[in-house]
Amino acid sequence: MNKRYDRRSFLKVSALAGGGVLLSLQTPEAKAQGRGAAAAPAPDVHAFIKVAPDGTVTIVSKNPEVGQGVRNMLPMMIAEELDVDWKNVKLEQADFDDTKYVGQSAGGSTATPNNWVPMRQVGAAGRLMFVNAAAQTWGVPASELTTASGKVMHKGSNKSAGYGELAAKVATMPTPDFSTLKLKDPQDYKIIGTSQIAYDLHSIVLGKPVFGIDVTVPGMLYGVFEKCGVFGGKVVSSNIEEIKKMPGIKQAFVIERPVVTDAVIPRDPGLENGIAILGETWWHAQSARKKLVVKWDEGPRASESSAAHAVKAAELMKQAPQRTIRADGDAEAALKTAAKTVEATYSYPHIAHAPLEPQNCTAIFKDGKVELWTNSQTPGGGRQMVADTLGITPKDVKVHMVRGGGGFGRRLTNDYMVEAAFIAKQAGAPVKLLWSREDDMTHDYYRPGGWQHLTAGVDASGKVVAWKNHFISFGAGEQFAQSAGMGPTEFPQRFVPNYALHASVQPLGIRTGALRAPSSNAFAFVIQSFIDELAHAAGKDPVAFRMELLNSAVPLPAPPAGGGGRGGAAPPGMNPERMKAVLQLAAEKSGWGKRNLPKGTGMGIAFHFSHQGYFAEVAEVKVDAANKVKLNHVWVAGDVGSQIINPSGAENLSQGAVVDGLSEMMSQEITVEKGRVVQTNYHQHGMMRMAQTPPDIEIHYLKSTFSPTGIGEPALPPILPAVANAIFSATGKRVRSMPFSKSGFSWA
Amino acid sequence: MAFKLNVNGHTSTVDVPGDMPLLWVLRDVLDLKGTKYGCGIGQCAACTVHVAGKPAKACLTPVSAVGTQAITTLEGLSADGTHPVQVAWQEIDVPQCGYCQAGQMMAAAALLAKTPKPTDKDIDTAMNGNLCRCGTYVRIRKAVHKASELTTSASAKTVQTASKE
Repeated sequence: MNKRYDRRSFLKVSALAGGGVLLSLQTPEAKAQGRGAAAAPAPDVHAFIKVAPDGTVTIVSKNPEVGQGVRNMLPMMIAEELDVDWKNVKLEQADFDDTKYVGQSAGGSTATPNNWVPMRQVGAAGRLMFVNAAAQTWGVPASELTTASGKVMHKGSNKSAGYGELAAKVATMPTPDFSTLKLKDPQDYKIIGTSQIAYDLHSIVLGKPVFGIDVTVPGMLYGVFEKCGVFGGKVVSSNIEEIKKMPGIKQAFVIERPVVTDAVIPRDPGLENGIAILGETWWHAQSARKKLVVKWDEGPRASESSAAHAVKAAELMKQAPQRTIRADGDAEAALKTAAKTVEATYSYPHIAHAPLEPQNCTAIFKDGKVELWTNSQTPGGGRQMVADTLGITPKDVKVHMVRGGGGFGRRLTNDYMVEAAFIAKQAGAPVKLLWSREDDMTHDYYRPGGWQHLTAGVDASGKVVAWKNHFISFGAGEQFAQSAGMGPTEFPQRFVPNYALHASVQPLGIRTGALRAPSSNAFAFVIQSFIDELAHAAGKDPVAFRMELLNSAVPLPAPPAGGGGRGGAAPPGMNPERMKAVLQLAAEKSGWGKRNLPKGTGMGIAFHFSHQGYFAEVAEVKVDAANKVKLNHVWVAGDVGSQIINPSGAENLSQGAVVDGLSEMMSQEITVEKGRVVQTNYHQHGMMRMAQTPPDIEIHYLKSTFSPTGIGEPALPPILPAVANAIFSATGKRVRSMPFSKSGFSWA
Repeated sequence: MAFKLNVNGHTSTVDVPGDMPLLWVLRDVLDLKGTKYGCGIGQCAACTVHVAGKPAKACLTPVSAVGTQAITTLEGLSADGTHPVQVAWQEIDVPQCGYCQAGQMMAAAALLAKTPKPTDKDIDTAMNGNLCRCGTYVRIRKAVHKASELTTSASAKTVQTASKE
């Protein structure tokens, strides 16, 4: 595809020893699928670094890029320790290759914490190899050598050599042990901590074919795949023979697969039934598809509706909970003796990911092997699923990782990948499968909706003494639907002496999954809005009230095993001191409590801990009599550790997280009727637009002493309750249900 | 049906159905992949191109409606990335995923051609049709102002040079 992406010119040397850190890492998709990762490869510097004789440095970016900036970020870590100038570095995207790389996935804001040590070690090992090469060449001790800007220098003899001059020698060198490496003092960083524009940016502004949808291979056909609107539907009959005769249509065929009957739909349930149509252009295939008439066996899920789900949820809320996930102290007793109690029901709908680049994948099947071009966030999981479905081994599935036009968790699952591979095999021709936007909107893995019935009590001093939640979600028995669970350590567990989390579930027939900051994107709205209600009930300032709550951590035994779902507090749990610091910073930067606001204008604050990131956010809004909300300003304070690796990318991602959260809060809802998703395109699943976006979204990072962690997700959750609380402050109206548009609110 | 199209200053003849949207002619027939498909119904404007100098949604423009009007795609803005919008987009490091940015840049270029010094409100109005799923709007605004500065200073330079001659 791209001449820069030529892997054959890599130097081949023996693998490095001592991959202790890398060996401890496991790919998230392998964990999620309960498979356990393949034995991790020993780190090989030459799988990451190539120096040409002319001194050009090429660094491999191993992870999927979907807009989170990882293509720059990981190589920046390597380049820093390698001691080269970033302007002389070329980047090359790796293919998926678990014999060379570990953790080639994009999810859970894990790229920074998982790679912070190993990528710097790769760079430092590379640097040491060049130092050793120079020491041998010049016959001087390595300890007398220094490096800078891709050169090795010997002060005593005034000798210097560029890495390019030493590259051939390095190929023959014994490789250093990672445990002996000394990493740079952060004070000496020249690349880490500096803003570097996205490496692909030049190609993007020129309109070069850098995205999955842009891939072309010789002789390829353009494919569409018609599936039943109801998950698990099967083709009974169709007018496929007519379709085959339509202009520009090369092939059309029915794909029959076993129907998934699990009570809880699995995470990535695999290839569905449907009809594939292949044309000479995508327009031909899509036009023919519009004439397709299919009789479906829709199966048992066809009777479901969002209206019925809401009725059932209301019933469940009135009944005794099906089970208890956590009980600390005695919430019922404490509520009886509390000075004040507050009770409220919150809810949030299913929502779609809808990345702007629709799902696609290009596949060539030949001689029992398949080659794929994909922007999957979990190419390893996709490779396994393709192999399983096609009945071949994973090593016969070659996966090229192509830039993705947004991910947000949608590309954690690999339905488009297995469809493309299967269709290409069946067709006997290379295929580019492209979903329409309608396919994407109606066949997503939706953020699951839910309801939370909260009751809390404060004592006479305004301290929270009891917190009870009846969490109403989707699932069956003790199993939650994908990403629909609440864990036993969700805030404010550990900060309230009497805490009870109960749960009840009902079945759900649509696929669900992780959406950027999964569970947190809904839970933060509920928890931080309700905390605001408690602050007002206690007659306290929302910031002061939160500070007191964060000061109330009670030591409690470890959470029980199981409990289901990924809670907001993944280990290691939330450190209240770090959260207090960002809360303070957000309050200071926004002038909290120090500004006189005109009538109809209000400020709201919220914090949330997720994905090891600490974020507190303040929104200032002006709301008119018609409930039109104008966002005046947003302040974001975050602590993601000691180092922001690429400040430009980090700021962009954090601002984007805010905009993303605002879209979810105000406008987004997926509903189900007759087992199918009603919304088909962006006109029914609104997104923030330019005119609605505040003039500035101020981002402030507090640099703490902790190891760096990710940004993509934790910056999102607090903005929803911050705006909800600001609306309350401006109007006295407490909105407890998303999207706010359903309560008559809209952006000004 | 055969259509003679004027794309980025070149004439190409394509044999496609008349109702085929310009978007798919550009992408799948002429292999100009810069113009992006996002929604197909004019909601996201990722497919924005210029037809006779005005921004148009290529997903809603049947090829039969274009005639001999000049079509400009992102690839035709400049060959080497030197159009002020392309320069500004790089300086401000606008994109996250980058997928919508072709449409954003084409909308911005059309705005600046008509309104060389746009206000924030001008930008909001002109570009409100262009969705950015990653939420880079704050930077897009900044980049449009930057491109405006570059355009104005470039034309100032041109005027200076011309007057010297």
